Amino acid sequence: MRDAPALSLRRRIVHLAGSGTIATLVLLLIALWVVFAIAIGDRFFSVNTLQSMAFQMPELGILSLAMMLALLSGGLNLSIIATANLSGLTIAFLLARYIPGSEGVAWVGVQVLAIAAGFAVAALVGLVNGFVIAYLGVSPILTTLGTMTLCKGLAIGLTRGNVISGFPEPIVFIGNGTVFGVPFALIVLALCALPVALMLNATPFGAKVYMIGSNEKATRYSGVDTRAVLLKLYVLSSLLAGVAAVVMLARFNSANAAYGESYLLVTILAAVLGGVDPFGGFGKVGGLLLALIILQVISSAFNLLNLSQFLTLAIWGGILIAVAAVPHLGGKAPR
Amino acid sequence: MPESRLASFGRFRRSHEFWLLIVILALCAGLGVANSQFLTMQNLFDLLTSYAFVGILALGLLVVLIAGGIDISFTATASVAQYVTLSVANAYGANWISVFAIAIGIGGALGALNAIFVQKLRIPSIIVSVATLNIFYGLLIFFTGGKYIYSLPDWFATGIFWFEFDWSKDTSYGVNLQILALAVSFLVTWLLLNRTNIGRQIYAMGGNADAAQRLGFHIFGLNMLVYCYMGVMAGIASLVQAQLAQSVAPTVLVGKELDVVAAVVLGGASLMGGVGTVFGTFLGLALLAILQNGIILLGVSSYWSPFFVGLVILISVSATAWSQRERRTRSARP
Amino acid sequence: MTTFLEMSGISKRFGGVHALREVDLTLEVGEVHCLVGENGSGKSTLIKIISGVESPEPGGRIAICGKEYPKLNPVFSTHCGIQVIYQDLSLFPNLTVAENIAMAHHLGGVHTVNWTSMRATARATMAKVGVEFDPDAKVSDLSIAGRQLVAICRALAADAKLLIMDEPTASLTRHEVNTLIKLVSDLKRSGICVVFVSHRLDEVLEIAERVTVLRDGVKVGTFAAATIDGRKLSHLMTGKAFEYQQQVPDLAAGAVVLEVQGLGRDGDYDDVSLQLHAGEVVGLTGLLGSGRTELALSLFGMNPPDRGTIALDGHRIALSTNADAIHRGIAYVSEDRLTLGLILNQSITANVTLTVLERLAGRFGLIGARARQSHVARWVAELGIKVSNPDNPVKTLSGGNQQRVVLAKWMATSPRVLILDSPTVGVDIGAKDGIYEIIRRLAREGVAVLIISDEIPEVLYHSHRVLVMREGRLTTDVAAADTSEDALRQAVNA
Repeated sequence: MRDAPALSLRRRIVHLAGSGTIATLVLLLIALWVVFAIAIGDRFFSVNTLQSMAFQMPELGILSLAMMLALLSGGLNLSIIATANLSGLTIAFLLARYIPGSEGVAWVGVQVLAIAAGFAVAALVGLVNGFVIAYLGVSPILTTLGTMTLCKGLAIGLTRGNVISGFPEPIVFIGNGTVFGVPFALIVLALCALPVALMLNATPFGAKVYMIGSNEKATRYSGVDTRAVLLKLYVLSSLLAGVAAVVMLARFNSANAAYGESYLLVTILAAVLGGVDPFGGFGKVGGLLLALIILQVISSAFNLLNLSQFLTLAIWGGILIAVAAVPHLGGKAPR
Repeated sequence: MPESRLASFGRFRRSHEFWLLIVILALCAGLGVANSQFLTMQNLFDLLTSYAFVGILALGLLVVLIAGGIDISFTATASVAQYVTLSVANAYGANWISVFAIAIGIGGALGALNAIFVQKLRIPSIIVSVATLNIFYGLLIFFTGGKYIYSLPDWFATGIFWFEFDWSKDTSYGVNLQILALAVSFLVTWLLLNRTNIGRQIYAMGGNADAAQRLGFHIFGLNMLVYCYMGVMAGIASLVQAQLAQSVAPTVLVGKELDVVAAVVLGGASLMGGVGTVFGTFLGLALLAILQNGIILLGVSSYWSPFFVGLVILISVSATAWSQRERRTRSARP
Repeated sequence: MTTFLEMSGISKRFGGVHALREVDLTLEVGEVHCLVGENGSGKSTLIKIISGVESPEPGGRIAICGKEYPKLNPVFSTHCGIQVIYQDLSLFPNLTVAENIAMAHHLGGVHTVNWTSMRATARATMAKVGVEFDPDAKVSDLSIAGRQLVAICRALAADAKLLIMDEPTASLTRHEVNTLIKLVSDLKRSGICVVFVSHRLDEVLEIAERVTVLRDGVKVGTFAAATIDGRKLSHLMTGKAFEYQQQVPDLAAGAVVLEVQGLGRDGDYDDVSLQLHAGEVVGLTGLLGSGRTELALSLFGMNPPDRGTIALDGHRIALSTNADAIHRGIAYVSEDRLTLGLILNQSITANVTLTVLERLAGRFGLIGARARQSHVARWVAELGIKVSNPDNPVKTLSGGNQQRVVLAKWMATSPRVLILDSPTVGVDIGAKDGIYEIIRRLAREGVAVLIISDEIPEVLYHSHRVLVMREGRLTTDVAAADTSEDALRQAVNA
């Protein structure tokens, strides 16, 4: 069998759409922009709209990165939201406890340590996930379902569902401030996306993640310590959830055990739309970011049209089905 | 033959269900000692009644897991079934038969949708069910505005109370709707999985989908059956819940998926497919109920309940995976 | 003898590829018939047509017991008594022995399960076959040989008149193969026609009464087993007068690179001692179950031995992982290329670079695109891999080219010891030469090469020395020049 035969035009389009290449997504984005401009008009192009989009996107983007990492390895991380909330509550608790009355160096120190503590909590969850998935061999769905319940349970148990709010200015800036007109949160997203992209594309670790996602056993036979890679990967995924926690807590100026639960669906949607293969082994950060922009545009348009948030949820679900089905409608199922 | 009976006891002793039984008995003993309220008829009766919802759903999920799939959209399916059925019952009048028929019909239809997405579009079942959960729930709340229904048909609100007997002079016990539905669901599921060839085909398909296809099993038909069954169970459970709560609250059921998954997983069903028993699910449900009840009776705030459930799930699946590893390395050597 | 199955003019095309061309086949009741051919010869397609999974092109004739059928489908061919046991056995590991054997009871409409009748069927069939498994034991608890017997029972319980077994001896020990052969003659006596599909010529000749040879989709001929030998069969299968001759370059007596003393692992092998010299090609053969692959995996750090020592360059080493072994210069090419050797969906580049990722990383631990490209380009050139675009998935390559990709992957680790497990399986005859040339080149460069193979000629004519393992022990260690095909065959099978 020599190389695969030349694809017909229809096959090519389906292939492009299914693999979510950058070109297709850019085209989709432009198309959507045009459609919404016509349908909604001036309001859509206002600076306000753009700015509000730019503020909402980062936390979702960072969480989507976290989900993407797990998907690439052939797994799933259902615990990212719960981890973010637990991490956020840790930070909020420490801030609420130690900020009042502190000044100067101590004031800065508390904030830094609080954030560090939040990261530590996230990393711990990641360690549990990674250990149970990689070293005990439990299915990622089940494991992260368990840690999700654990984190949420811990958060509820400790806070009884209450909200902790009111944080110092520098923290609030992270979620709401701008630097030369660009929301700081967006910069945080970029600071996460760029290293992750670099890691996936240009480091040995990244290459191993993709290979494990396609065939873990063969990767192991090639001398790769797949268990160590998976452990690190899930820690990284949870750390990203921790970063998202900081952004979320900053933007809402509060932390709670149940924030962002509807985000879970959207992170999976963003990943799959962005070209991540739900079975593992394929997907790029660039595609994910473009998919996020597309989703954000759609979401803002829905907002401007005063669409009910529940209808929006249903539509997200429909889009997820449609997007996940495309590679298979072309005829070839990439099992 | 005494030898084969010994062999089957040996098999039971090594099974997941055996250890579960031990843990449950130990917990019961411990709790019974720690709190005199636990081992009372009243408490056990109440437990059975309040866990019927989770139990019926767990049976549906069990069948899906055995077939090799997964479904977490059942709470949304149940919400839709509940709302539509009781709205219709209020508007046009109904009786026990028609009300269950409608709920089962809606549940089955929504389940069929899941099956089509998984089989015909070849999307991983976890992603399908995350999507359909949001589609069903989103549309439900959009169209109904999330309004509760407080007035139910009188006959429905009263429920049933069969085989009434007096335990003490103040209280009487009997089979109420919840217990009846739970028992019937257990029986039907057990019959399906152990006494019909279709049930065995489901086990086979979950164990080796390729072989099932080669042998000529109707894969799409089996999947359709399995997801519809889940939907049907969701429909039944939804009515049971509505009757217990004496209201329909469309926003309340979604979020309870974890308890159901916990019951099934604790009972030994595997996400890989082909593994799981009705008895195991019963034990898993019992363990879950005892755990959560125990937490309350011991005076721990019920806010801590999800935490302990998560902990127990993690420990249980880790232990199962660990013992499976051991068995695999042992059987690899001749 | 009456004819059970008669096929004539059978052709099959998949797209532009002719899998079968005008093939005729006659199968008599109660005969033992072997179907042999290289990979791609059309064996599997022919089997699929017989079992009804595929239909032949129009113009072909199929007659079963005298009655003609224009087409078969799986249900119908089962109805006629045709049963196929595929190499993966198609059993349900989570179900019991009885349920697997009596699986036919579960088919056909919706009905209740009669457990007693199923157990009775299972017991009766097992008695016929002469085995006694606990009907309520789970199939996943049985050994591979046990599972194969269950698969055979299932075929019999389904009233098989024609039993087709695809590579049945692939995972059996000699003892188990003997049991199987005896079973086959029992089946034959009860009037069942047994067809073996195999590429292991020694066993084919031992079992078959008649042999049909396929090559490139065409039937070369049907022969009585008594009239041919292994050499002729091989010639017919490959189409080349493949004159085996000593192929290896003169041994430049190198130093001992790897020395193994008294190595043993419970259940796999015991008391193995051997030496590999630099620049030497050593062949290791023996039946499956003899412990060859297990030994190789131990040398590769994936199957830690229970006792004995391994020494590299005179220093004792303990290998805890395969990364350890690779680091020290020991590489292992798995016999299972498609699931363990390559990651089929990923690109050629990704596969070739997988073993040397850290080496390709430059400053800051990053791998540049250029580093990757030049690495791949270098190996493509060195090993002559025919690639149009290195970013294509590796599954688009031919078997021979795929094997070169695997070799490139491992040669890039600069191994001092390279273990090749069945390196030419699934590789066309023309490409085999290329693989042997690469092996010779490795030897010239001073690498110690260990070739593990089923095929005695391959091992004999391409090595300096030959080792034979039997039931976990190393029974022969002889220079290739000092032995012969027959002597080796005896040592392997005795």
